[in-house]
Amino acid sequence: MSSLFAADVNIAQNVGFYIIAAIMLFGALRVVTGRNVVHAALWLVVVLGGVASQYLLAAAEFVAISQVMVYIGAVMVLFLFGIMLTRATIGEESDLNNKNWSIGIPVALLLAGTLVWVIVDQYGGEVLTSPEEPMSTTAISDVFLREGLVPFLALSFVLLAAAIGAIVLARKD
Amino acid sequence: MYAVNFLILAALLFAIGVFGVIARRNAVMVLMSIELILNSVNLNLIAFAMMNNSPEGHVFALYVIAVAAAEVGVGLAMVLMIYRNRRSIALDELSVMKG
Amino acid sequence: MLAATLSTGWFLENAWLIPLVPAIGFLFIIFFGKKMPQNGSEIGIVSIGISLAIAIGATFQWIDRVNSASGGGEHTATGFFGTLRAIFPSATETGEHAASFVEPVVKSWTWWQSGGLEFGLGQHIDGLSIMLLLLVTFISFLVQIYSTEYVSGDRRYTHFFASLTLFSAGMLVMVLAENMLQLILGWEIMGLCSFMLIGHWWEEEANSRAALKAFFTVRVGDVGLLVGTAIIFFGANDWAVEHGSNGFSIRGISAWALSGEASQSVLFWGGVALFIASIGKSGQFPLHTWLPDAMAGPTPVSSLLHSSTMVVAGVFLVARLYPVFFVGFDILDTSVNFITIIGGITIIVAAALAFVQDDIKKVLAYSTVSQLGYMMLGLGVGAWLPAVFHIFTHAFFKCALFLGAGSISHSGSHHSFDMKKDMGGLAKKMPITAATWMVSTAALCGIPFFSGFFSKDEIIDNASHNGYQFFYYLALVGAFMTPAYMTRATYLTFFGKPRGAAAGEHHDDGHDDAHGGAHADHDDHHGDAHDDHGAHDDHGAHHGPHESPWRITAPLIVLSILAIGSGYLNAPAFGTHYFTDWVEPVGVEVALDDGYDYASSEDEHASVVLAAVQAEETDGYSSEAKGCGFADPADGTVCYAPKLSHATFSWSKAMPSIILVFAGILFSAWVCMGIYGDRKNPLVGLTSKFAPARWVHTLLVNKYYLDHLYEKIIVFAFAHPIAKAAYWVNQNILDGIVDSVGRGGRATGEWVYRNVDQRVVDGAVNASGLAASEGGHALQPVQSGKVNQYGALLFGAATVGAIVLILVNI
Repeated sequence: MSSLFAADVNIAQNVGFYIIAAIMLFGALRVVTGRNVVHAALWLVVVLGGVASQYLLAAAEFVAISQVMVYIGAVMVLFLFGIMLTRATIGEESDLNNKNWSIGIPVALLLAGTLVWVIVDQYGGEVLTSPEEPMSTTAISDVFLREGLVPFLALSFVLLAAAIGAIVLARKD
Repeated sequence: MYAVNFLILAALLFAIGVFGVIARRNAVMVLMSIELILNSVNLNLIAFAMMNNSPEGHVFALYVIAVAAAEVGVGLAMVLMIYRNRRSIALDELSVMKG
Repeated sequence: MLAATLSTGWFLENAWLIPLVPAIGFLFIIFFGKKMPQNGSEIGIVSIGISLAIAIGATFQWIDRVNSASGGGEHTATGFFGTLRAIFPSATETGEHAASFVEPVVKSWTWWQSGGLEFGLGQHIDGLSIMLLLLVTFISFLVQIYSTEYVSGDRRYTHFFASLTLFSAGMLVMVLAENMLQLILGWEIMGLCSFMLIGHWWEEEANSRAALKAFFTVRVGDVGLLVGTAIIFFGANDWAVEHGSNGFSIRGISAWALSGEASQSVLFWGGVALFIASIGKSGQFPLHTWLPDAMAGPTPVSSLLHSSTMVVAGVFLVARLYPVFFVGFDILDTSVNFITIIGGITIIVAAALAFVQDDIKKVLAYSTVSQLGYMMLGLGVGAWLPAVFHIFTHAFFKCALFLGAGSISHSGSHHSFDMKKDMGGLAKKMPITAATWMVSTAALCGIPFFSGFFSKDEIIDNASHNGYQFFYYLALVGAFMTPAYMTRATYLTFFGKPRGAAAGEHHDDGHDDAHGGAHADHDDHHGDAHDDHGAHDDHGAHHGPHESPWRITAPLIVLSILAIGSGYLNAPAFGTHYFTDWVEPVGVEVALDDGYDYASSEDEHASVVLAAVQAEETDGYSSEAKGCGFADPADGTVCYAPKLSHATFSWSKAMPSIILVFAGILFSAWVCMGIYGDRKNPLVGLTSKFAPARWVHTLLVNKYYLDHLYEKIIVFAFAHPIAKAAYWVNQNILDGIVDSVGRGGRATGEWVYRNVDQRVVDGAVNASGLAASEGGHALQPVQSGKVNQYGALLFGAATVGAIVLILVNI
């Protein structure tokens, strides 16, 4: 990888990216290694928020807003409810991992190594030109309601089915 | 900004999520790890959308977000039901395929 | 000169309705059948009847079309028979008259598109499809009428008719397939219906096992169909697209295979793969084991699916894509090829097996296998038309034989198919069944003037004519074996002393032999396992054999008439070759119309296949000597069929097989009487106990001593020494030879059945099952049920796969 301060690279943007990325990775590691379920959920909020800010850096405003609203607003609340409804203990737990959790380390390392190697091999040194202005919501909605209309409708049904299914599954008879 | 930035970040998040899926015993934690994986995919989609300067990547990311929301809803409902029936959501105890 | 404009007509243009009507009928039966007064069978019969009507109309219009092509505009005779008279007298002289190319009626509609490829549904109507359309609809129609009686009262009566109707639709879809995908569609529908119908009485484990065996054995072949289609597609597509077609189109493939630009190895391997599909579907040698087991299904099913129509699908596939096999396997250039080997082995092996069966339907099943071997052999030796003609005649007489067996079981032997236990002496009790059986047997055996003679003898004759001497002798051996085993079956069924149920005994342990031979669990399904059983009890007041009702005998009579008559469509002995003229594709070069507007090919009436205009006159053309399939077609022309020559018939060439047929009948009858004739009967011993009876008996046996008078007194003086010598020769030499041959034949049959069929073939099947089972056990620990472990395996495997891909692509 070439220098951080190459001429055509927006330094501020790059530095911001690295800081947020570092926080995200740390948070993600805490999510999968922490001993406290509630803390893990809160670290997940950090990661998801970091993802939202990366979206902003990538000029994806609409997706960033959706990320905040759907993930941090709705999904996280669901998770917290799930934790509270299934576990009485809010403190630390010792048996959050499997007996043979260590299989995960080689698999994850192998996977990460492969992916990084492939990515660097393909895109190493390629510089992205930042778009002049963020992707307009109009453009997104055009795609949604023209080419993507059928998947959009299908997705609506998926959501409806999921909502009904979740109610049917979770309610006490 | 370098093109690899987003992609490598996404790859690392993905690997961490995979580790979580494999290592975690608590079903809710596994669901969270899956969220990590889905988010890393979204990051990739957005990065590619920026490379090609096209809105389709954004649209796909939104699809993924919607599906993820549905998945969490159903997944947590299932976890709740399992908990109600067995008083435990430890995945390694759920190895028999009958109620 | 160009031939006159080809005539066409509504029925030809709309032949695609033929499969559509039964398909819709199937839906109606499924949804409304149970509410109908006849429980849905009337829908099936009506829909097949409509198809039959369309098929008949299309047949006549096709004949007109053929005539309009070969007769030019010259004949003015009106009407069908007038047309025939106008053409054939001149043609009968040589047997090889100048035929013109008859453009098939091809249509196609886009079914779906993917990646720039269009997959069509359509119709490809030529002589072969017309023949099979007529055959399938006609036989389906008769079998459905027959079934209304045979399965009446069955618990799944409606579903039976639904499956039967869907089967017909599937077969018809395949027969008029315009492209390979449509062919596969119909092929698979048939496979499914076959499974449903064999397992119709699935409450008995043997039946559902037989259904599964049939399904899986045929699936093994189906893999070949998919692979072969893919191979041919990738080989043919570029060439075919260039010529306004595509690599799935049957015409495109045929033309490509004969264009001289096709790679020999692609054709060979594609042909091998497709032929494996044929082996599975048509019950050829290594995969034939499913067909006898499939007799577990109701008899109408055996008759329709497993003798006369479905099993010829494999033969049809080879006949339909004949150019691929012709070029791929070098037919006519070599003295042996894959098709002839398989066909030849099948003839002998299956015929030998037929000798040792006690179940009448299994005799017929092995006979079917053997006859399918003849068809394959015919295709393999370049006798395309005789093979197709054998499909045609075989369908009638084999259908009649099976329906006859069903009639016996239904009314004569109390639902048993065991010839040794429950039959014998039925000729008097069931005269119509017996008579139709005899006629059909005669046709099957190839007795002259019955239809089987004209088709089978042509195959045998052409094997020799085309230089396949070894297979010629093999086919002759088969021609001897066929009448021998059929005589045995006929003797056991209709002659001799009645036994078991045929004698009116209602014994309990013979009922279900035919339905899979499950001897172990007889006791629990007398009341309910066989629904036809319950129906029988309705008319069970008169136990004992009796003639079947008209809905069973009427199809039998019609079929047996056709078992004689159908042969005369192509009886070279009498100078008729209508069948040749109407069915055989003419192997001439056809000019491609350069002005063809490919852009408009998606219109309803334009075909997307090769647009050939009228036949180019081949008189004096340089490639006339060689013709299609032997020399590459000239620029701008294509061939659709190889130019095949026919052996000219002569009685002297037919003599060997005729002699062998009669030898087989006589030999077998003689052996049968020896083995089965003197079984214990209630009269044995009567004569020794009761003196007047003894005197009468002795008198009758000795024919009132008239013979004694003649012999002892008149002939004795000078004839006795000769007679004595002849008697000695007869007893000691001829008997010895015949006996040992008979024993040897029987032992061979049994040995083949026990070792090759049961051990080798079944063993291979079992071994693969065992391997899968052991592999499963070895992998069992992986299936721990732990989600996390599954996740680790999933991602680990994906990663390893990705790394492999990367390394490969570096």
